[in-house]
Amino acid sequence: MIDLFGYGAFFLSMALTYAIICLGLNVQWGQTGLFNVGVAGFVAIGAYASALLTTPDTPDRLGGFGLPIVAGWIGAALAAGIASFLVGALTVRLRADYLAIATFGVAVMVQLCLLNLQGLTGGPFGIGFIPRPFAATATNPALFAALNLALLLAVVAALYLGLERLLRSPWGRVLRAIREDETAARALGKNADRFRLQAFAIGGAIMGLAGAAQGHFIGFIAPENYQPMLTFQVWAMLIAGGSGNNRGAILGAIVVWGLWAFSAPAIAALFPPDQQARAAALRIVLIGVGLCAILLIRPRGLLGETRTVSRHLPKAKPKP
Amino acid sequence: MGQAIIEADGLVRTFGGARAVDGMSLALAPGEMVGLIGPNGAGKTTLFNLLAGTVRATAGTVRIAGTDVTREAPERRIARGVGRTFQIPRPFAEMTVLENVLTGAPSQSGERPLANFLRPGRVAAEERAALDRARGLLDFVTLSRLEDEPARVLSGGQRKLLELARVLMADPKAILLDEPAAGVNPTLLELVIDRIRTLNAEGRTVLLIEHNMDMVARLCSRVVVMAAGRRLAEGNPADVARDPAVIAAYLGDGA
Ligand SMILES: Nc1ncnc2c1ncn2[C@@H]1O[C@H](COP(=O)(O)OP(=O)(O)O)[C@@H](O)[C@H]1O
Ligand SMILES: [Mg+2]
Repeated sequence: MIDLFGYGAFFLSMALTYAIICLGLNVQWGQTGLFNVGVAGFVAIGAYASALLTTPDTPDRLGGFGLPIVAGWIGAALAAGIASFLVGALTVRLRADYLAIATFGVAVMVQLCLLNLQGLTGGPFGIGFIPRPFAATATNPALFAALNLALLLAVVAALYLGLERLLRSPWGRVLRAIREDETAARALGKNADRFRLQAFAIGGAIMGLAGAAQGHFIGFIAPENYQPMLTFQVWAMLIAGGSGNNRGAILGAIVVWGLWAFSAPAIAALFPPDQQARAAALRIVLIGVGLCAILLIRPRGLLGETRTVSRHLPKAKPKP
Repeated sequence: MGQAIIEADGLVRTFGGARAVDGMSLALAPGEMVGLIGPNGAGKTTLFNLLAGTVRATAGTVRIAGTDVTREAPERRIARGVGRTFQIPRPFAEMTVLENVLTGAPSQSGERPLANFLRPGRVAAEERAALDRARGLLDFVTLSRLEDEPARVLSGGQRKLLELARVLMADPKAILLDEPAAGVNPTLLELVIDRIRTLNAEGRTVLLIEHNMDMVARLCSRVVVMAAGRRLAEGNPADVARDPAVIAAYLGDGA
């Protein structure tokens, strides 16, 4: 019983950390149409920033600085937000495909840095002993798991409410206008580049926060966690859930993470031990097939984008 | 004439080898209403794009109230008081009619992400003011009863009116109207003429591209004729309509 609860809480907590990344990608892609194929890089920046800030002083490595966890999370969002801002600022005036190339480059570069800047990142072995929230309750595993789950739920809920407010603000309205017709939006005085850059930086900051949340939940991080596979998973989550819809982003993260998590025991049961390493590739296929199935039944994802209007407008009268 | 509100000097724009606008000069005095006519392909819309900044000039200068804005982006030019509509309307199709107009509100605090959390009261107050203004403008163009519909359901003529309301949100001193009556049915046409006259009577400078010569004659005392990217003639509507060079240009167009 306690194990089932423990596993459930672990599963949901992990899914929620992905939901945070997905919410970030939804600001960039779902609401603004910015094609970020380097999601993993921005998540990694956040995870490492927070780990550096919060771990105890370690020999052979810069820091850690032993700061409180909340300082680490804020630092993570800032670091990833600034990195996104810089990448965006360099590419926002160029054609859209340059952003894709640039973000992919960032992810590759971050991966290389993680592996090689040993004095900063711990190299291939990564960083361990990242302080876990509510560590004082760790002697009571059920309570510990429940508190961590509650914290992640609170973060996702706060982000959801904040992003919905933004989506329904004049800022969100301008983003929608730019997405529909940039020429018309600019003729109305809207600096399209500035709005896109803001959206990209906000999305990147959220991804960084997610990286920190994930790192502190698991307790250690290593470069192999931030490979293109992560980017692929997050994209699958957003598309499955419904790009452009914040609730869809959260739901998609839970569904796709579920597919991913439950495919591991399935493969263990179905394949002989000597084949299992190769069969693991089937998990990627499974996500692809699952995504196709969802899109065949619901082309706009589980929860498609709905018409959004400003929160300042009176509720529309129901149609007769 | 005092200082021109819009002044184009030797404007050139080439597309590939073709010179869509080929050395065009034009000056609009504050409060003036001028018609811009000419056969299809004469370069009228391209001239608008150059004046509004939608397209960059290959050569020549554009000045707004004396300031050289040739290198300025379109979003800066409307901030200087020059607004425009498009020949082919560009509504934000999936947004409601009301939200289309609200988007025209200039520099709302709520357009800064953080202000929505740090100064919600101010954002809401500005938004209420914008809402009142948007409703007034929708009434002005008789689209009030469609305010909650997505803009894509509007007819061609209604889209033209929506664009007019949208650009008026910024309270521009000068408006460039690209064929505001094209695709507008005859009943709506009288409304459009009346509204343009009202805008001019409020003191706004109007530059009007229009093929309907009757409408141009009713609205404008001065008409500029473009052909092949240049000014072909200029004068009052009656004289221009009798000008043999103008007639020849239109006949050459097959019109
Ligand atoms: N973006 C563009 N690319 C290529 N050619 C263009 C473009 N815009 C206009 N043109 C060309 O410039 C000429 C003038 O067009 P336009 O300004 O639309 O004329 P008008 O509005 O007087 O009918 C036409 O030959 C048109 O094909
Ligand atoms: Mg034209």
